[in-house]
Amino acid sequence: MAKILVFTELHGSHVKGVTLEILGKLAGHTVDVAAIGAIPSEAIADLAKFGAANVHSLKGANLDKYSPEGYANALKGFIAAGSYDYVFAGATSVGKDLLPRVATMFDAGMASEVTNFIMEGDKFAGTRPLFAGKCFAKVELLGPKPHFVTVRPNALGMNANPTAGQASAKDDAVDAGIIRAMIKEIVKGASEKLDLTEANIIISGGRAMKDAANFKILNEMADVIGATVGASRAAVDSGFAPHAMQVGQTGKTVAPSLYIACGISGAIQHLAGMRTSKVIVAINTDPDAPIFTKADYGIVGDLFTIVPIMTQEFKNLLGK
Amino acid sequence: MNIFVCVKQVPDTETKIVPTGDGTFIETASIKWIMNPYCEFAVEQALLVQAANAGSTVTVVRVGSSKDTEALRTAMAMGADDAFLVEAGDNLDSYMIAKALKGAIEKSGKTPDLILTGKQAIDDDCLQVPQILATMLNLPSVSVVVGYEGSATDITVKREVEGGALEVYGVKLPALIACNKGINTPRYASLPGIMKAKKKPLTTLALADVGVSDADKRVKYSGFTLPPEKPAGKKFDATDAAKMGAVVKEVVGLLRTEAKVL
Repeated sequence: MAKILVFTELHGSHVKGVTLEILGKLAGHTVDVAAIGAIPSEAIADLAKFGAANVHSLKGANLDKYSPEGYANALKGFIAAGSYDYVFAGATSVGKDLLPRVATMFDAGMASEVTNFIMEGDKFAGTRPLFAGKCFAKVELLGPKPHFVTVRPNALGMNANPTAGQASAKDDAVDAGIIRAMIKEIVKGASEKLDLTEANIIISGGRAMKDAANFKILNEMADVIGATVGASRAAVDSGFAPHAMQVGQTGKTVAPSLYIACGISGAIQHLAGMRTSKVIVAINTDPDAPIFTKADYGIVGDLFTIVPIMTQEFKNLLGK
Repeated sequence: MNIFVCVKQVPDTETKIVPTGDGTFIETASIKWIMNPYCEFAVEQALLVQAANAGSTVTVVRVGSSKDTEALRTAMAMGADDAFLVEAGDNLDSYMIAKALKGAIEKSGKTPDLILTGKQAIDDDCLQVPQILATMLNLPSVSVVVGYEGSATDITVKREVEGGALEVYGVKLPALIACNKGINTPRYASLPGIMKAKKKPLTTLALADVGVSDADKRVKYSGFTLPPEKPAGKKFDATDAAKMGAVVKEVVGLLRTEAKVL
């Protein structure tokens, strides 16, 4: 039986949701979970519910903040000691940066940002989008173990793990080694909301937003339904929104449950970045805008009048 | 300073992707190739660092097909001094590409003080090569960088993480920095630049020259398919002010009762 480790990140007193998605998908396997730092008891309970067998808090000097080298050295030592065959992580900022480094320390391969996978016995088989989701391919890993996989948040969904039981929690000492690239400071982002890549609901504005100040109406709707606000490349290039908010092939690829596109015509590179959203709503004055070909619910009309009405309807519906 | 830039050549973002009949890759015959957009930021950053440090050279390295050398010629037209091409298919995995880049950098005979790359290539979207290459070369590195300042020995870079937050790193060179949009505004190649680029040295190497073989393959792709087309959705006309309220109410209702996302 393959030895499987899921590397997770702490987010307050919980772990990132993608970890629980991965655990649910690995039901039937014995799976360990590790994070750098002390994993809080609430998080251990969540992990146990989704099937984690052993939960490891990795502790050592110079690991209070992320550093590519410190985390990679620490995780490499832990993986080697545990003789793991597979290491999974969420395709988060840390996961995407860290896992290729650790994989290379083992001369091993890695599948990036899979949107689905199965373990056929001891063998991993995944599916991942390429060309920003314009096509998909099956992905398998070759060469020395362990094999590494990152999983796109919100892609697998939360699946209960029927074989879940009690998890045993343990502290493990790890060594960060030599760190040459070190964080001096962290500058908070403009948004305290979930990142676009992790958001369950996204409201995006396009060129038709006309200016940055008009994003206020999208923010108001976002506050009501717990959404993160994004933007098209046209809106970013016009200076209405920072690049961190850009959805599309040269921005972020997203897969929320609900994507509301406001004043976005639907350039091919934007559609590529959001087409795997489960439900798409489009608001646009142009009835022939390409975005309508991907929308589950298309509303032809002026976003500046429709968005405030929609915000009010959401308030009514949600009793806010 | 010896500055290296690793670039990739990718299908233009407007390309319609068509899988090959056997599903092992995509049809490449009619593709318009461009320099990966994130690599343009790396080339620009290299030229900015070169301008600030007299006597520096900028060498561009690429692994991929020799049918079209658009990316390398563009980089040299922008101002890079010379280029290395490792001839290979356009569907190598990240590990093989990184190993080939490492081999080419070593073949150049110059020890890098700074290596710049794009944060990811928009074809396979793996976001792996910069970190693999840095690990193989035992260099410190920071990925997804949107801010760069510093001297020929010490730099401060800003890495963008979730929610647009920035991690500010202090790094001693040599190092590898992977660039994201926002770090600079890439220049356009000038006409004289394009003419000059034709005379700049471009060295071609084979995968075997840089120590890469099929044994280095770590990722196997198969079954390239297009995503299933969504069935047509519902479209509502809300151009008439009198009906607008009712339309929006209906759609919001459907989001709960039919789509079940609220």
